[in-house]
Amino acid sequence: MFHFEVVADWIDTLLLSNMPQWLALAIEFVLIGILILSLYAVLALILILAERKICAYFQCRLGPNRVGPWGILQPIADMVKILLKEIISLNKADNRLFRLASFMVIIASLLTFGAIPFDKGLHAIDFNIGVFYLLAVSSIGVVGIMLAGWSSNSKYTMIGAMRSGAQLISYELSCALSLMTIVMLSGTMQLSQIVEQQAGAWFIFKGGVPAFIAFVIYLIAGHAETNRGPFDLPEAESELTAGYHTEYSGITFGFFYLAEYMNMFIIAAVAATMFLGGWQPLHIPGLDGFNTVMDYIPPVVWFFGKTFFCVFLALWVRWSFPRLRIDQLLKLEWKILMPIAFANLILMALWILVF
Amino acid sequence: MFNKLEQVFSQLANAEISNKDNVYTIVVAKENLRQAAETLRNNDIVRFDFLRDIIGMDYTDSLGVIYNLSPSEDLSVIVLLESRTDDRENPAFDTVEDLWLSAPFYEREVHDFFGIRFLGNPDMRRIFLRQDWRGYPLRKDYDSSPIINPIPLENEDLDSLEYLPVLDLKDIDKERKSVFDKGDFVVNFGPQHPATHGVLHLRVSLDGEVIKKVDPNFGYIHRGIEKICEVSMYHQILHLADRLDYLSGSINRHAVCMAIEKGIQLEVPPRAQYVRTIIDELTRIASHLLGWGAMAMDMGAITAFVYGMRDREKIMKIFEKTCGGRLMANYSMIGGLMEDIHPDFQKDVKEFVVYMRKMLREHHILFTGNPIARGRMEGVGHLTREQAISIGATGPVGRASGWQCDVRKIEPYAAYDKAEFTAVLREGGMTFDRYYIRLDEIEESLKIIEQLVDNIPEGPFCAKPKPIVKLPEGEYIQRVENARGDFSVYINSRGDKFPYRVKFRSPSLVLVNVLKHIAPGNKIADLIMLGGSLDYVIPCIDR
Repeated sequence: MFHFEVVADWIDTLLLSNMPQWLALAIEFVLIGILILSLYAVLALILILAERKICAYFQCRLGPNRVGPWGILQPIADMVKILLKEIISLNKADNRLFRLASFMVIIASLLTFGAIPFDKGLHAIDFNIGVFYLLAVSSIGVVGIMLAGWSSNSKYTMIGAMRSGAQLISYELSCALSLMTIVMLSGTMQLSQIVEQQAGAWFIFKGGVPAFIAFVIYLIAGHAETNRGPFDLPEAESELTAGYHTEYSGITFGFFYLAEYMNMFIIAAVAATMFLGGWQPLHIPGLDGFNTVMDYIPPVVWFFGKTFFCVFLALWVRWSFPRLRIDQLLKLEWKILMPIAFANLILMALWILVF
Repeated sequence: MFNKLEQVFSQLANAEISNKDNVYTIVVAKENLRQAAETLRNNDIVRFDFLRDIIGMDYTDSLGVIYNLSPSEDLSVIVLLESRTDDRENPAFDTVEDLWLSAPFYEREVHDFFGIRFLGNPDMRRIFLRQDWRGYPLRKDYDSSPIINPIPLENEDLDSLEYLPVLDLKDIDKERKSVFDKGDFVVNFGPQHPATHGVLHLRVSLDGEVIKKVDPNFGYIHRGIEKICEVSMYHQILHLADRLDYLSGSINRHAVCMAIEKGIQLEVPPRAQYVRTIIDELTRIASHLLGWGAMAMDMGAITAFVYGMRDREKIMKIFEKTCGGRLMANYSMIGGLMEDIHPDFQKDVKEFVVYMRKMLREHHILFTGNPIARGRMEGVGHLTREQAISIGATGPVGRASGWQCDVRKIEPYAAYDKAEFTAVLREGGMTFDRYYIRLDEIEESLKIIEQLVDNIPEGPFCAKPKPIVKLPEGEYIQRVENARGDFSVYINSRGDKFPYRVKFRSPSLVLVNVLKHIAPGNKIADLIMLGGSLDYVIPCIDR
């Protein structure tokens, strides 16, 4: 099984043997930064096309099909368009904070993106408190959204931001609790080790019932955190036109748009990492032939396959369900999901004790 | 019924009563109007609790109002309560806004177009025109010169909507009353908004997420159709009728045709009657499908909207093949139809019925059974039967509240008496009932079409009237059941080739009034959903 680790180590030794350590590190940082940024942008484009195509098929349509074969170049055309659009500054709004908000959102999602293990060695930020880091930086996004809603000086954005604040902070709890269930099972918070431990069996199988419950809760709560339907209240287009980003235009709006898609990817990637074994191939104990065949599939393919499976689940829900009302949304979290997540934590403790 | 009416009418003082096929005209003096209205509304024998419309009239020498009333227990009876005033400078009648919930909007409309004041109604803002408009357009002596009312270059000041106009000289120094309280968080929904189903402007005051008050503002696409009708010949009016409620265009056109045919006593051939009925029902299905989809989209389910539009497209294809038009079918003519049906018409319609039945099941699976959709719709936006009657919410909305108001049953026109169908009734009055009843009505419409499409009689498709139609002097009323409710046409003719006055009763205006009454106390998200469940069409309001 080929891991990206080999390439990373090779570059590392090559640089260190030819130049002082500080320079080598600086070059590595820049390289990783460029790699992550470009991957981020490319993935967003792929996601946009995927969403448009998948939603089109749900709706008995064809989706984009004019720009390039099968509409492949459509998101690139959209990107060029959005880059060329005028950035409108508002009267009577706090323009400095207004600009800052879109950066906050995208920085939060980029920081989270860096912590995702794509492969062994293809992993920019690997702490011993990886899960903790993930939760911490992903919630910076709320600040950006609140700021956007407040600094636009508009009633729609204000309502959107207030909804968003209530929603994101609430669902963060279930999200964290369901991840904690897995942390209990693995005994570590380091993402690379969590993935390593799933070599034999993915946690969703190893953890049994509590892990499965945690997976479902994580998918719901994570989906709510991405502000996408049926939890798209902060930007409910039929009520609040576009919610907190109503007043944004051009690439400043593009940042929110990008962050939304990438958050969907990140949530799916974390679900894949924590529950579905990350880049680990599917192994069934006892079936050695099957296991060797699975090993031939590159880990990156495994990772993206699982992630896009979770993304597909999110899209499926997004395009079939109507939107919740704010009181129903909060009821779902505080009265249903969170108590279940707590009970599930205890169930996991019992599971670990017994098995 | 006749005896009961006699008893009620005998209570009216100094009233001239005349009767012409179930339409009773009662003329009272201006001073007795309020008392007559109270008697009709509150007597114990037959309560006229449904105010269909208030029609303003300019008789050149005097101004008048006509109240179009019906008792909710027997809608086949229509009473026109008329009154006149000679004072053209300061015409005024007593208000009836406390008797019927539908009255405030109608009174504002009459005031807007005729300058007639209703004493006791504090809200005499213009309803369709801008607050700074000069003159009253439907008066016969109105000067439409652009010097008096130049094309406005600036937006209307929202303050002019906020403060009620000063009506009496004694109030001129007092503080003007405003619609909302000071310090209310007022949000504008519309006129450009993704979920207003047209250019409707709702001003909503909020308490957090909860709605406190709704103040609708109309007129952004007001075209003065009633004024244009007064200078149009009868067959020209038909085209304008299509453009009122564009989703039930064919049905509206049918109503105007019938009113004119009634006037010139033209017998419409049975073939035309059958085809008109089928076209009407197809229009109704198309409208309900769009209404269903738009409501789902208002709740965030965009896929349902696309499904609705996809099925509606089949109907549009049939229309295109038959009459060339899609949205504006322009199919009915005075005396029958524009052209005979397409040879494929029957085959296409039968295929569509089968297809639609299948898709209806799919729609139920996709949306009706969805737990989130059920949670949103159940127990929200309760409209009681009494409220529905008093506001005059006819059509699916009224029937969802348990009020049997289907004109197709009460006064069968065209070929509706040839088909077996039930006017679906639900008792709940909740949003879910209003949602569900539309899908049920699609099924009933399919039944009607199924029964009629095979039995379209042979024969001529049109009885040609004279090239220039002149209606004999008199008043002509024709009601039809369009996709949103009771659509009435009132034509007052003086024997000319032009009508003297045409009034269309818009069922949509009433539905916005319903929204005003049921939205407070609910969340913002519900406001949009309630709007979707009422399914109003703005061009019908802004005639």
